[in-house]
Amino acid sequence: MKAQIFDITHTTTYNYGSPVTVAHHLLRLAPRRLRRQLRLAHELDLKPEPASLSRHTDYFGNEVAFAIFEGAHRQMRVTARSRVAVGAAFIPDATETPAWESVRNLCRTDLSTPVLEAGEFAFGSPLVLLDAPFNDYARESFPPGRRILDAVLDLTARIHQDFKFDPTATTVATPLAQVLEQRRGVCQDFAHLQIACLRSLGLAARYVSGYLETAPPPGQTKLVGADASHAWVSFFCPGLGWIDADPTNNLLPSMQHITLGWGRDYSDVSPIRGVLGGGDEHTFSVAVDVVARGESDDEAQVKAARVT
Amino acid sequence: MTTLNTELSTQPRPHTGAAWDELRLASGAIRPNWQPLMASLDALGRDEFAIRVENSRRILREHGVSCFSSDSSGEREVRWELDCIPFVISAPDWRELEVGLVQRARLLNCVLGDLFGVQRLVRDGFVPAPLLHANPGYLRACQAVRVSGGNYLQVYAADVARGPDGRWCVLADRTQAPAGFGFVLENRSVLSRVLGEVLQAVRPRSLSEILPICREALRRLAPSATDNPAIALLTPGPRNESYFEHAYLARLLGFTLVEGGDLTVRDRRVFLKTLDGLRPVDVVLRRVSDAFCDPLALRGDSLLGVPGLVEAARAGQVSVANALGSGLVECPAFLPFLSGLSTHLLGEELKLPSVATWWCGQLRERKHVEAHLDELFLRPAFSTGGPQAGPGELTSESRAEWLARLSERPHEFVGQEQVQLSLAPVGNHQSRPVILRFFVVSNGRDYFALPGGLARMTEQSALGTTTLALSGVSKDLWVLPDDSERTVPPSFVSTPAPALERLASDLPSRTVENLFWLGRYTERLEQILRLCRSAMGHLADESANGQPEALAELLVHLGLAAPPEAGRVASERLQKELMAVLYEDTRSPGVRELLDRIHIASFSVRDRLSADTWRILNRLSFDAKLQPGHLPLVLAGSVLNTLVHDLAALSGMEMENMTRGHGWVFLDLGRRIERSVAVARLLEAALRCSGRRELLLEPLLEISDSVITYRRRYFAEPRLAGVLDLLLLDPTNPRSLAFQLAVLGSHAASLPAGPNPEGVAQFQQSLAALPGKLNCVRAEALDAGADIPATVEWLGGFALELGSLSDLLTHVYFSHVVPRVS
Repeated sequence: MKAQIFDITHTTTYNYGSPVTVAHHLLRLAPRRLRRQLRLAHELDLKPEPASLSRHTDYFGNEVAFAIFEGAHRQMRVTARSRVAVGAAFIPDATETPAWESVRNLCRTDLSTPVLEAGEFAFGSPLVLLDAPFNDYARESFPPGRRILDAVLDLTARIHQDFKFDPTATTVATPLAQVLEQRRGVCQDFAHLQIACLRSLGLAARYVSGYLETAPPPGQTKLVGADASHAWVSFFCPGLGWIDADPTNNLLPSMQHITLGWGRDYSDVSPIRGVLGGGDEHTFSVAVDVVARGESDDEAQVKAARVT
Repeated sequence: MTTLNTELSTQPRPHTGAAWDELRLASGAIRPNWQPLMASLDALGRDEFAIRVENSRRILREHGVSCFSSDSSGEREVRWELDCIPFVISAPDWRELEVGLVQRARLLNCVLGDLFGVQRLVRDGFVPAPLLHANPGYLRACQAVRVSGGNYLQVYAADVARGPDGRWCVLADRTQAPAGFGFVLENRSVLSRVLGEVLQAVRPRSLSEILPICREALRRLAPSATDNPAIALLTPGPRNESYFEHAYLARLLGFTLVEGGDLTVRDRRVFLKTLDGLRPVDVVLRRVSDAFCDPLALRGDSLLGVPGLVEAARAGQVSVANALGSGLVECPAFLPFLSGLSTHLLGEELKLPSVATWWCGQLRERKHVEAHLDELFLRPAFSTGGPQAGPGELTSESRAEWLARLSERPHEFVGQEQVQLSLAPVGNHQSRPVILRFFVVSNGRDYFALPGGLARMTEQSALGTTTLALSGVSKDLWVLPDDSERTVPPSFVSTPAPALERLASDLPSRTVENLFWLGRYTERLEQILRLCRSAMGHLADESANGQPEALAELLVHLGLAAPPEAGRVASERLQKELMAVLYEDTRSPGVRELLDRIHIASFSVRDRLSADTWRILNRLSFDAKLQPGHLPLVLAGSVLNTLVHDLAALSGMEMENMTRGHGWVFLDLGRRIERSVAVARLLEAALRCSGRRELLLEPLLEISDSVITYRRRYFAEPRLAGVLDLLLLDPTNPRSLAFQLAVLGSHAASLPAGPNPEGVAQFQQSLAALPGKLNCVRAEALDAGADIPATVEWLGGFALELGSLSDLLTHVYFSHVVPRVS
């Protein structure tokens, strides 16, 4: 397959106001293995050394590391280093996709495995409460009979156009209804918003957490959201599977997007989630570095890159 | 004598409408199953019955049986109310209920096993997918977590009503942490005390088999084979509505009562934080609801849970009962599917039907609900929060809102038939609608229904709009014996008896901390009461000249009274201040404030206190609530005496009835530190008084309960040197500072090393240095008055040092850190 190889370094540093005596963390920092995304290498570097570290696969199929830190510490640094090879996404011709209503009806009635599993993503979730007029906003892009891909592309473009990227406007705790009202936010908010719109129509949509290339080659524009972890959405289309859409950059992700994992919303896939004993106030900083190591269309070459 | 029976029969028949009358047949005659009970109540007679009722109230009050209820005005603690006329269930009725309840428990357990496992039921269409996917109660983090023996439900409860046709129907299933089981046992224990002969006459089925079954089944849940697994009962804490029963059950079952903060997960195992360090826990019987059990994997805003508990369960290192996530099937949306599930999974008809329920996530059902909006209860399908409406409550406006809801989010709502509740007699010769709560426990292989339960008197209108919490008046439920075929409860084949082991080490650090503060607060209260009592006594004595002034100044120096205002008579001012200390809620330090603190500290350790100790504590708060009447001073005096006696009873109980484990040591450490500080502060304040110091000597001896000792020793009016010697240096006076230091020293030697041995050593050293400093005081010299300023300073410094010792102790053992989610 034709693939782009990326080296990713994701460092998160927490500084605590007072010593933390014990801390439990769930880390979702391992890029997910997909048909078009190979995980060539992955390692976690934790400071201080955790007292125990175990791994399991969560409900949505993402790899989770569970780390316990014991003994007083004032700083925790988590560094995840990964190498992945990302192939092109399959993006169908919009005219080949079904009308959006038929997708909705199928999601409600079909008990075959893929549709049943997709149906899970058609309901409200902890951070995507369907409690505001998302449906009203979405309707404009979803006239009766419109092909689902056309409709989603239109919705993606409208969100990109109507909403201003503004890191100061929201926090993790800002309710989605407020994002809709003030028309500002960051990639996480736009992803949640688009998910809410799709679900309010009865469609299945999930939240994808991942990365973008930090410094694209000369001549290519740097995408918004490249300096930290990024988020976009994926919607379900029976027969074709899941198709990604990035409302922050108004495009359908392909070889520039690296997938970490997915869930119903951010709360299912936050890269680091922890409970601290002590610590009072804390500050944290995140540094993400994604470097392209070149394209390769040779399977052997991709395999060779696995050695690190 | 007018008997209950005739009384009831001469009452106009209450208008029951179509409701089933539990007590009477249509003819008006008492139903056969109630006849033995009513006859023996009749035999008691009306007056005697009233006395028994009063006794039951007294016992419940003394046991401190209470539950918390939340309403718009906030949380409040309410007394548990027990109606003394039991609710009778005939043997045939019970046979029907028993098999139905056991079947339901088995069914729900199977459903949970499938839904948290392979989910065939969803694929095969027996459970619609939205019942999981749209259900906030579906905990995805618990999916595929292995559950020991497939036992998701250890305890199951059902809320049951009897319809107008006399048939039973289940209103709700309780599958995560059913409350009320402890109240059942308490109700029966109270009735067996106040209505012993009635119990003898009616011979209801005994409840005594249930505890051994529970204990054994939970022991068997332990993940690794061990003779004596450590079992903890996890409670949300003293503010929970049924904290009483958590403490009660922990004591009855012999499990350690813990709050989330008492447990910690290390290397995917659960440990209890004790004074001796971390102790492994094998089984957690939890009374915390599903989503709150683990702030890491579940709800991040939960302060009640244990971070990492889900991971420990996933690793198979701990068993949680009921299994995490088992609350899934208790929502109304599951009710309409149980009948089909029973046929499919068990190959049996559902024996105990559910209340007719239509889940609007299905088109046909939604149409039915829309067509009968005015006859049905409309309520959320999943959680209990959210909009609901009773039959006939809809206005044209709210009707439109409901129709809109049902079309936008149909799967989030159900319509439920209104059940006309049956009526049961209550104590005041009336009938009230009744809901029954039954309990089923697992014995590891099968389920066993408790032949008893709770009957709760309610209002027809409350049905469906309440969460069926533990509100309202309760009745004990008496199941009549079945003489023809005596059912023997399933028991265990030759289980080896657990090794007897005196576990001092299962004390959670938090419990010890509460005992420490209980010691400090009760001693502080006693000091204040004695001070007030002495001052009050001298106030009443008109001939005493100058004493009120001196006492007023003493109170000011002790921080108990405000500095004098100009132009007020000392005795009047003193009286006002004393009343404030005694009765004002906001006064600090004050009697009311301390009682609150004592209540909180003791409530948090009530599983560690004997029933008698608890009774004294309850009497203490009861006695203190007497309000000042027309003769405030006289009444205050007698209240003070009563309270001092209550406290004496409490400390006697502690001395004679508590085992000398770490808990007692810390309780006594608290008491001794407080008393040391109080003596030093009292003498410091007295020496700082500008007036005639000798006027204070008598009160000082009274406050320190040393009057008799002084008289016997000196046969004279008190002198400063003698008083100081007795209160500071005399090693034989249990009120002296020297005595406290000696006791503190011996306690310090027995302290466990704990997590911070250096801190313990520092505490021991600092304490060991104190007696030496005390020996520098030379009482004789004080008579001359020369050394007084130096002594005042020395006493003040000594009190400060004791205070910092207390801080050190709490830091070393109890520096709890509140977990936070990042």
